[in-house]
Amino acid sequence: MDDDKTFKALGDPTRRKILDLLCEKNGQTLGQLCAHMDMKRQSVTQHIGLLEDANLVSTVKRGREKLHFLNPVPLQTIYERWIRKFEQQRLSLLHELKTELEGDQDEQ
Amino acid sequence: MSSEKTTFVYVTYIRATQQKIFDAITRPEIAARYWGHGNVSDWKVGSKWEHVRDNEEKKVNIAGDVIEIDPPKRLVISWSDPAEYDNREAHSRVTFDLVPYEDMVRLTVTHDELEAGSGMANGISRGWPLVLSSLKSYLETDEPMDVFANPCATETAA
Repeated sequence: MDDDKTFKALGDPTRRKILDLLCEKNGQTLGQLCAHMDMKRQSVTQHIGLLEDANLVSTVKRGREKLHFLNPVPLQTIYERWIRKFEQQRLSLLHELKTELEGDQDEQ
Repeated sequence: MSSEKTTFVYVTYIRATQQKIFDAITRPEIAARYWGHGNVSDWKVGSKWEHVRDNEEKKVNIAGDVIEIDPPKRLVISWSDPAEYDNREAHSRVTFDLVPYEDMVRLTVTHDELEAGSGMANGISRGWPLVLSSLKSYLETDEPMDVFANPCATETAA
């Protein structure tokens, strides 16, 4: 499941930090990202690999450089699946309560 | 690359054919289902295209030119506020790349030449994830998302 990969990728503070760094400034090189990370380049590469696997980061080659871009599309899917759906339920409960308390105009 | 321009890259994997996805972008009656707009053009290089709201008002919300088209693999268009259409310098650029990936298609939308921090840059960075999720959902499950949805909307309050 795609969602599993997304949640797994998000379940780590280093990877969330990488996403935050890209949110702040999109299209960074590995070197630029490493400058903000207190760990070896190799470890950062591994974390980025997992983020790419989960489709949360996409890369574009520009000349000799590889630029990393935040890809929020899977987050949007999670929002639709895990947040908005429940908000709608809450709203419809409120609506039912309102109908119950005020009476349904159509039936009067 | 001047410093005040910015780029966004959006990727989604869709279980559909390249042709279906390409049609969903270029045929207004399909785009209306998941985007609330149709992209209207004769899709020839150099022609104008318009992003037209799918309601009675038919308001044109975005306009631009067709820069490159290679169905069903690639489409490059310019993108601007309709009021700025004649000022080509102000256009940003959107590239759709469709590449088969296992039993899916990897759709990459690259929006570049955008003025950093502009209203358009802020708008599209909220808009594209929503539109692409809706496209994926529509093609895979026949259930588009409400692209005009607002988290605080109290549709039930009416």
